[in-house]
Amino acid sequence: MSEMEIKSLEERFNQRIANDEKIEAKDWMPEKYRKTHIRQISQHAHSEIVGMLPEGNWITRCPTLRRKVALLAKVQDEGGHGLYLYSAAETLGISREELIEQLLSGEAKYSSIFNYPALTWADMGAIGWLVDGAAIMNQVALINTSYGPYSRAMIRICKEESFHQRQGYEIMMALMNGTQDQRDMAQDALNRWWWPSLMMFGPRDAESPNTEQSMRWKLKRKTNDELRQAFVDQTVPQAELIGLRIPDDKLKWNEDRKHYDFGDIDWEEFWQVVNGHGPCNKQRLEARRKAHEEGAWVRDAAMAYAEKQSNKPLRVAV
Amino acid sequence: MKDWPLWEVFIRSKNGLEHRHCGSLHAADAQMALENARDVYTRRSEGVSIWVVPSAMITASQPEESAELFDPAADKAYRHPTFYVLPDELKHM
Repeated sequence: MSEMEIKSLEERFNQRIANDEKIEAKDWMPEKYRKTHIRQISQHAHSEIVGMLPEGNWITRCPTLRRKVALLAKVQDEGGHGLYLYSAAETLGISREELIEQLLSGEAKYSSIFNYPALTWADMGAIGWLVDGAAIMNQVALINTSYGPYSRAMIRICKEESFHQRQGYEIMMALMNGTQDQRDMAQDALNRWWWPSLMMFGPRDAESPNTEQSMRWKLKRKTNDELRQAFVDQTVPQAELIGLRIPDDKLKWNEDRKHYDFGDIDWEEFWQVVNGHGPCNKQRLEARRKAHEEGAWVRDAAMAYAEKQSNKPLRVAV
Repeated sequence: MKDWPLWEVFIRSKNGLEHRHCGSLHAADAQMALENARDVYTRRSEGVSIWVVPSAMITASQPEESAELFDPAADKAYRHPTFYVLPDELKHM
């Protein structure tokens, strides 16, 4: 294709996005659009899969059966969400095998929040309430993203995820209605998860070089800072309602802005964790590698079985 | 090792409605594809029936040929009820 042809295709493509048309898998798209989407959708998928680890760690230690079925269902949802997203990424021409390889080799990123440890039962509350709360905020904005398969995955995920946040908040609420030790445990969990949750929205707009292009492609519908502010505004009253204190001395309602002002995020910590030096980066990847390696014989056996059965007729659709 | 084959999943949400495409998944065989589809796409009673189809078996039209492919329908307004001008007094028709 000549440069002229590509330019005119690109103009038409940009116009379609400006008109709020969806782009589907087989449509022509600029190479950069494809690559950026593969990167973002696969990071999102990896986050769901790695995100199963901190909570999976607590399934055997839930305080009641009710909490246990809820946590199991939540972790199972996350596995499902990872699959929807991997499938969406695969429509752009990358294989599942390559995606998994990028995660296991450490080449691909996933949300840094999962590199923090879940130390107490209250962390299950804080993760559901804050981490899922922040994720939902991001994901609701992405429902209108321009790439059809990603947008459809987001719709499904958002529908399923609202219980995740509610069960987390309910855990915090139960603890806050409990003994002093339980209240302290809840407060401690909030203290540890608050700032990493704010970091989930990514660098400040001024330091986020991809934001402009992503907004144009509607791969992002709101900027990092806008989403972060919306999250703070939404979460502060929820904390107050159950008697939790947000660990930020500079947090204050600003009547002029009609938003909360809040303190400075430790960006050095953010970059440390992004670049692999968080408390659990190594442990998380090792857990994924171990699961993948130890599951290899199951994948091989299933394939061998399928080949053996392949002469049997499939059930006919009706 | 190579990926398991890809399958497209279609779910009938209730009797009386059509099966609708809802996504895809990898599975070694049809039975596993059905079971995975149940686990991945119907965890909240979203379906009463599932079809799984090997993705490789689907033949799709090409977006770049859409103009020619769908062109025959473009100039046939007479296939729509509003093409026929009838008096206003004639209510339901």
